[in-house]
Amino acid sequence: MALVEKRTLDEGGIRLSEATAGDFLALLKPRVMSLVVFTAFVGLMAAPVSINPFIAVVAILAIAIGAGASGALNMWYDADIDAVMTRTAKRPVPSGRVLPREALAFGLVLSLLSVMTLGVLVNWVSAALLAFTIFFYAVIYTIWLKRWTPQNIVIGGAAGAFPPVVGWAAATGSVSLESIILFLIIFLWTPPHFWALALFKSGDYERAGIPMMPNVAGAASTRRQIFAYTLLTAPVGVLPWLLGFTSLAYGVVAIALGLGFIWYAWKVLVMPDSDRTMKPAKALFGYSLLYLFVIFAAYLTDSVVEHVLAMPGV
Amino acid sequence: MNENETVTLTESQRKAQRSRSIAIGLGLALLVVIFYVATIIKFGPSILHGAM
Repeated sequence: MALVEKRTLDEGGIRLSEATAGDFLALLKPRVMSLVVFTAFVGLMAAPVSINPFIAVVAILAIAIGAGASGALNMWYDADIDAVMTRTAKRPVPSGRVLPREALAFGLVLSLLSVMTLGVLVNWVSAALLAFTIFFYAVIYTIWLKRWTPQNIVIGGAAGAFPPVVGWAAATGSVSLESIILFLIIFLWTPPHFWALALFKSGDYERAGIPMMPNVAGAASTRRQIFAYTLLTAPVGVLPWLLGFTSLAYGVVAIALGLGFIWYAWKVLVMPDSDRTMKPAKALFGYSLLYLFVIFAAYLTDSVVEHVLAMPGV
Repeated sequence: MNENETVTLTESQRKAQRSRSIAIGLGLALLVVIFYVATIIKFGPSILHGAM
């Protein structure tokens, strides 16, 4: 039983929430969070210094919560457009299970908690980078760019590219060329990934009034830009090997993955305008996820092997 | 102003409140454990004996 003042109830100022813990968990965008955790972990493991395993787990947890918090802030601000898109209509805020102000408070509290935890228990360089990442995603991307320019996901992609830099900074307390290359791989990968999705979901974005590239510049221009960004992503993926940060094994995997990425992007480039099923775009979207996962998994494997071989007596 | 009334939660409201309470409890407990262990790691076991 809950004790409340009659006057408040009569004014309709109280709404007894039916939001479960699962609804609040959904605000954290767990699927995006899993990618953040993975790439941040690779950044942390690739660093040339060892970090206490418990502190490493705390760092990854704080980065994950920070990423989740920015997701909650995104869902608070974007509830109106989420409601009109099939992909997002069932999210907790547009479906009415969580009130916008609850999502806002949840996002702000977790942002503060994750940044402070990372700063106090790990280091303040990584905490500052995490704070900037949350700010970039929630304010620069969600509030400013997303509804204003078709370059929204190009610039906003930086938010998704920061986690390995934060992970690296958690271990080393600094930013280096190696972590910047990990950033670049995700940054350049983002446009082909999202524009492939935007091609076969363009109706959704148009209804919501979001200026995604296919709605603004047209499908043909989007397909050309997808191909151009893919041509940039593939060689940047090979850079860690060319610069001597990884072994030949990583280089071979990165080259093969890059060629596959270019092949799928080519199929999208030559896709006829009359193609309503957009199978090449769907295939590219699927492959792009595989590309990012495998290239970071290869980087992680390479780093772990290097650490093991560097151990005395091995 | 001083007249108070009680509200009976519906079954779904009660279940939702319980799930939120459990999640908050677990979250706070995890935070305590994290800060406890991390403090020992950062300052060393001597912090438990009051000597730094």
